[in-house]
Amino acid sequence: MTRKTIKVDYLARVEGESGLKVTIEEGVVKNAQLNIFEPPRFFEAFMRGRHYTETPDIVARICGICPVAYQMSAVHALENIFGIQLTGQLRALRRLLYCGEWIESHVLHIYMLHAPDFLGYEGAIDMARDHSELVRQGLEMKKIGNDILTLIGGREIHPINVRVGGFYRAPRKSELVSLIEKLKWGRETAIKTVQWAAELDFPDRQRDYIFVSLKHEAEYPFNEGRIISSHGLNISAQDYDAYFSEQHVPYSTALQSRLSQCGSAYLVGPLARYNLNFDQLSLLTKELSHAAGIAGVCRNPYQSILVRALEVVYAFDEALSILADYQQPDYSFVDVTLKSGRGFAATEAPRGLLYHRYELDQAGIILDAQIVPPTSQNQACIEEDLKEFIGGFLDLPEEQLQHRCEQTVRNYDPCISCATHFLKLEIDHV
Amino acid sequence: MSRASQPPRLAVWKFASCDGCQLSLLDCEDQILTVAGAIDIAYFPEARRASVHGHYDISLVEGSVTTQHDAERIQEIRRRSDFLITIGACATSGGIQALRNFTDVKQYTALVYAHPEYISTLETSTPISDHVKVDFELRGCPINKGQLIDVLSAFLIGRRPTTPAESVCVECKLKGNICILVSQAVPCLGPVTHAGCGALCPSYHRGCYGCFGPKETPNVSALSNRLEELGMNKDAIGRLYSTFNVNATPFREEKERHDP
Repeated sequence: MTRKTIKVDYLARVEGESGLKVTIEEGVVKNAQLNIFEPPRFFEAFMRGRHYTETPDIVARICGICPVAYQMSAVHALENIFGIQLTGQLRALRRLLYCGEWIESHVLHIYMLHAPDFLGYEGAIDMARDHSELVRQGLEMKKIGNDILTLIGGREIHPINVRVGGFYRAPRKSELVSLIEKLKWGRETAIKTVQWAAELDFPDRQRDYIFVSLKHEAEYPFNEGRIISSHGLNISAQDYDAYFSEQHVPYSTALQSRLSQCGSAYLVGPLARYNLNFDQLSLLTKELSHAAGIAGVCRNPYQSILVRALEVVYAFDEALSILADYQQPDYSFVDVTLKSGRGFAATEAPRGLLYHRYELDQAGIILDAQIVPPTSQNQACIEEDLKEFIGGFLDLPEEQLQHRCEQTVRNYDPCISCATHFLKLEIDHV
Repeated sequence: MSRASQPPRLAVWKFASCDGCQLSLLDCEDQILTVAGAIDIAYFPEARRASVHGHYDISLVEGSVTTQHDAERIQEIRRRSDFLITIGACATSGGIQALRNFTDVKQYTALVYAHPEYISTLETSTPISDHVKVDFELRGCPINKGQLIDVLSAFLIGRRPTTPAESVCVECKLKGNICILVSQAVPCLGPVTHAGCGALCPSYHRGCYGCFGPKETPNVSALSNRLEELGMNKDAIGRLYSTFNVNATPFREEKERHDP
C-alpha cells in the first residue's frame, strides 16, 4: 500500500497560526485536517461582567484585520436588545465604514496573500521585484480602504469611533468629500483588478456548496438581512443557534461550525454572498461579472480572488454613492434606554457571516456572550475541499503539490486569530 | 550592523495576539517597498511563504506568552536575534488576554470549549520582557505605524527612537483640544496613559481608554479619586483599567484596589 503525508507546519500568508495535514492512501485523499494552534484568548469568557458600552472596543481586539466586522456585529446585537434600528445618515456611515474594511481586507488578500500563489512567488514583496506596478496599485487601493477607516473610525486598526447607537463623532461633509477623487481612482483600478484576475490560470474545480450569507431585499448585504442558504434556509439572526452548531475537534483551538440538522459543512464569505445576492450588486459590478464569464454563479473556490475583486469594485461604487448623498447628521448617536434581555446579530465580515449574541442584565452588564467568526464556519468546508480536490493533483511534484494544498486553504482568506478565539501543512501519503 | 555588505535581516514573530500590530507593517503602504529595499524581510509568515533560518539582526515580536511551547519559543528567538523589539500591548504588557491572570483559567476554558482537555494553556498571559531581555518596547493597541517606521529607521541609522514617554494629555494640548475631563466630566485615562495615538479619542469627543498603557510614573490613584468625585462607581473605575494593558503594574494595582 502506498501512503503519503503532506505536512505544512506553519501555513504562511494567512492571518494567524495554523498547519495542515493531508493523508493520501493508494492515490486517494483519506483525510485532511486543519490544525489550528493559535493560542486561545477566551474573549467570550472575559466579556462576562463587562458593561455593554465597552463591547465595541473589546471585541475589535479579536482581529486586527477585520475589527470593524466585530464592532458592527456587536453594536447591532446590543441594539437588538434595546430595540434600536439606525436609519438615515448614521446607517449609511456604518455601511461606508464597512466598505473601507472590505476594500482594505480584500485588497490585502488579493494582492499580498493570494496573487503570489497564481504568479509563483513566495510573497508580495518578492513579487514586487518583477511586478512592481501591480503591487504598487494594490498598496494604493488598500490605502484608500484604510483612509475611509481612518476618517470615520479614527484609525485603521481598532477604530475608536463606533458606539452603541451610532458614533462618538459624525464626520463633516467636507471631511468625507476629500475621499471622492481617491475613491474614483480606486474604482477604476478595481475594474482593472477584475480584468487582471479574470485572466489568471484557475484550476478547473468546483463543488455543489451550501452557501450561507445574509440577504437584504434592497442591498448587497453588510449589516442587515436574513440569514439564507442556497438550500432553502431563511431565518433571522435570533434563530442562528437552532440551525447551526459549533463542534470542538481535538486538533484545533478553533471551533468548527456545521448545519445542525444534516451535519453538513457550509461556506460563508465572498463566494456565498456573490451567489446569493448577485441581483443586489451595482450595475457596473454586474457588467464586469458578465465580461469575466462568471455572471451570477461561481462554484470554483480558486476563483474567489475574482469574486473578491468584484466585491472591491462594489465597495468603491457603494462608498461613492453613499458619499454623494451624505449630509452630516444633527446628532452622532441615538440615545439608549437600558433594558435587560438577549440580542442577536449577524453581519458580513470580509470573510463571511459573523454572528454575535449577548445577554445583558438590567444594569447593562454582560451575563453571556457568544461569537461565531467566519473562519470557524468555513473550516469544515476547507477540509472537504482538500479531500475533494487534492486527489486530482497527485501527479504534481511534491513541492508543487504542497503549494496547491496551501492555495486551496488560502482560497478562503482564513483568519486564524479570529477563529481561535488557525494553519501548519502536513500531507500524509500513506 | 553585523554584515556591512548585506541589508540587515528582519524577522516578524507572532505570539497570542490579534495580528493587528504586524499588519501595521503592511499598512505602511507608502513605505513598505522602501523598507523592503533597505531591510531583508527574511521571516514574516503573515506576508511571505519562504522562511530563512539562522540569525536575525532585528526581530519584531507581537503577542504575549500564554503557552508552555511559546515560553520556550521566545528563548530560541532571543538567541537568534541581535536586537529584539516588542510591538503592541500584548507583547509589552500581556494584552487583554491577561484578564485570565485574575481568575482560574480552567473556568475560562470550560466556558469557551466543549473539550477543555484538548486545550493546553498557561495560567497567565505575560509580556515578552517577563521571559527574555527586550531591547525596545513599542507600545499601543495597536502600535502607531509612524512610530514603527521611526523605530526601524532609528535602528538602521544607529540613533535612538523618538517615541515620547509623556501622557496623552500632552498630545491633546498640542492639538488644541478642550479637555473633556475638565469641561464635560467625561471619564478619560489621558492623564495616566502613554502618548502615541495623537490623542485620538478626545479628538472624537470620547475619553481615552488606555490603548498605549501607563505613562512613566503615572499618578493613577489621583485620577481614580477624581473619577469617583464625578460619580463613577468602584466597579466602573476598576473596569476602566482592565483592558489591553491590565497587566502593566500601575493599571493592575489600580484595578485590584477597585476589585469588589
